Amino acid sequence: MTTPYQQQGQAPVPPQTPPQAPPQPPQAYAHQQPQQAPQHQAPHVPPGYVSPPPGAPAQPYAAVGTYTSPIPIQRTHLGNAIASEWTKIKSVRSTIWTLSVMAALVVGIGFLTSASTNDSDYTSAPTTLPGFFGALLGQLCVVTLGVLVISSEYGTGMIRTTFTASPARSRVLTAKALVFFTLAFVTTTLSLALVTFISSGMHSGPKVMDPSNDQLIGATLGVGLYVSLLGLLSLAVGSMLRHSAGAITTMLGVVLLPSILPAFLMMSPSLADLGVTMQKYSSPFALAALFQIDDSMGSGWSQLGVLGGITAGALVAAYVLLEKRDV
Amino acid sequence: MIEAVGLTKRYGDKTAVYNLSFQVRPGAVTGFLGPNGSGKSTTMRMILGLDEPTAGHVTVGGYPFRKLPNAPRQVGALLDAKAVHGGRSARQHLLCLAQLSGIPARRVDEVLGVVGLQNVARKRSKGFSLGMGQRLGIAAALLGDPQVLLFDEPVNGLDPEGILWVRNLMKQLASEGRTVFVSSHLMSEMALTADQLIVIGRGQLLADMSVKDFISYNSADFARVRTPDGEPQQREKLTAALSEAGGQVLPEQDGALRITGLPLPRISELAHTADVRLWELSPHQASLEEAYMRMTQGAVDYRSTADQRAGLQQPPGAGAPQGGAYGYAPGAPGVPGQQPGPYPPGTVMPGYAEPPAPPQGAAPPHGAPAQGGAPAQPPAAPPVQPPAAPAQPPAAAPADLSKRDNEDAR
Repeated sequence: MTTPYQQQGQAPVPPQTPPQAPPQPPQAYAHQQPQQAPQHQAPHVPPGYVSPPPGAPAQPYAAVGTYTSPIPIQRTHLGNAIASEWTKIKSVRSTIWTLSVMAALVVGIGFLTSASTNDSDYTSAPTTLPGFFGALLGQLCVVTLGVLVISSEYGTGMIRTTFTASPARSRVLTAKALVFFTLAFVTTTLSLALVTFISSGMHSGPKVMDPSNDQLIGATLGVGLYVSLLGLLSLAVGSMLRHSAGAITTMLGVVLLPSILPAFLMMSPSLADLGVTMQKYSSPFALAALFQIDDSMGSGWSQLGVLGGITAGALVAAYVLLEKRDV
Repeated sequence: MIEAVGLTKRYGDKTAVYNLSFQVRPGAVTGFLGPNGSGKSTTMRMILGLDEPTAGHVTVGGYPFRKLPNAPRQVGALLDAKAVHGGRSARQHLLCLAQLSGIPARRVDEVLGVVGLQNVARKRSKGFSLGMGQRLGIAAALLGDPQVLLFDEPVNGLDPEGILWVRNLMKQLASEGRTVFVSSHLMSEMALTADQLIVIGRGQLLADMSVKDFISYNSADFARVRTPDGEPQQREKLTAALSEAGGQVLPEQDGALRITGLPLPRISELAHTADVRLWELSPHQASLEEAYMRMTQGAVDYRSTADQRAGLQQPPGAGAPQGGAYGYAPGAPGVPGQQPGPYPPGTVMPGYAEPPAPPQGAAPPHGAPAQGGAPAQPPAAPPVQPPAAPAQPPAAAPADLSKRDNEDAR
């Protein structure tokens, strides 16, 4: 079916706008007033209007209506969306709450663990270990925030306001993902680094195993990355399910089931292999591997890679659904 | 300029909007009227690209909204006063929208001043009343100083001062050459605000004309006649005599008769000839509100009915349950067919000329059959005529413009 605005694309109307306004395709004129298009350099504006300066970007849009805003029009880009999402994420309490609870859990539990152990406990385990227990619990806070960042917009109806202000839906999701991921990564990594610092300071005898660079990076950046990726996966799931409670429950399943199910799977010989694999990539095991609690676990980067793959897949699905579905 | 062509939206079985075509022009306030659930909000969402039409298309300034360059600077919308994250302050809410649209932050304080929310700008919007929420929504719509403005039920929850303010704001925005599209279910409000009216019922176009034309077409004058109470035979006698003389007689709730098509003196003479005493004979002019209700009568999805006390007593007649909501309801759906010329030809969809009442006489109050029948009905009946219908009202409009005039006309 040929719609009027498609037909106009073929109309040979030369662009009358100066090159300062390249974003505006010439078709807008053609549809509105084809016969007047050539004289359009002088749009008729009702008297009393602030007419835009010649060549200002406002001019090309005169075809939409007879009103022209005196506020200069800026072409928006991802940077605008990121600034907007940063304002959004810092102006709601759920962000403050989830992230401060996460930091309190990681640092608090890390400190308590560190304080209740003595130097002899760290002969075979690295001094980064106290961060592990806090990270296990803290990841759930990041999951919650990841879901809420997008599902709260659906829950409140804010999403319609957002998409009216920016019809580029994917840009909004990209901005959300970037802002959330950066924030989650920075707070988690800093909390873990603080725990590592405290723990190393409290336990430093001759017998204590000093953490290697690999172990330090794994326990801070690695775990930070893992937890924030989990949060990003939650954001993608939240975007697809559009429902806070539903998405949080789903993510709890994603985090907890792989560590519970293997116990049942291993009872059956045919499913034992699946159980072992599942356990290897379960969140507690992956975190333990990143902390390098035991040499047999590996360095944890393979688990990180798998989580990254799953998150990327979920994000792609979220983008496709976002563009396709009604809001 | 908003242009819809053959706009259709189905949600599963339910057809929310069917073959809707209209234009909203700049420089005027266009009212968008229809009963609850008639598809106003769905249409608004389709204009804003939030919902994808099942068929047809709608453009703003020649572009589908999602392809519009710098959309937030072209179109501003208030869809739902509560479409706000309650945990965010009014200022932060507007600031994030301004940043998203590339609008300078000082514009936020400007619009907060315009809607009068400066003093609560830093309060979380969760605590806002409905009226304050509407003001915040209007602020968001004005943020981009756009050429096209959409407001979905903007006066809901506003105090009288706020209603007056919105009314003047709409007119002022339109006088600046902008396109202003305002939905409402309150005809009385629209009569004061709008220049142009688009009326829909069950997702289909019922009328697209200026308010002035709407008033002159739809305000049918009538005479109210009451015969002595407790003497039904007198009433029947008069009804027969008047019908014979060519008048239309509709019974009213309180036992009076509503007569159209006969001048008052003639009614008096006929009554005298028939030897019927009259307790009342008074001229009436249907208000615009009534005209609107009459027009949308057949298109009401959610109808209130008189409380039948759990079905312990049978409704007196087939038309009675339907009449619960409005005094003039019985027979009203049939009015377009009976009364010569209250509507210009083509204004009313043929599907709505038939009274939907008789089969539903004993139906449950909610009108489940009407709803169940809706998806089947619009696709079945309208394809015969609707494509032509939207084009007709403007052409037919001047024809009998002077036929009836009404004091309601401003």
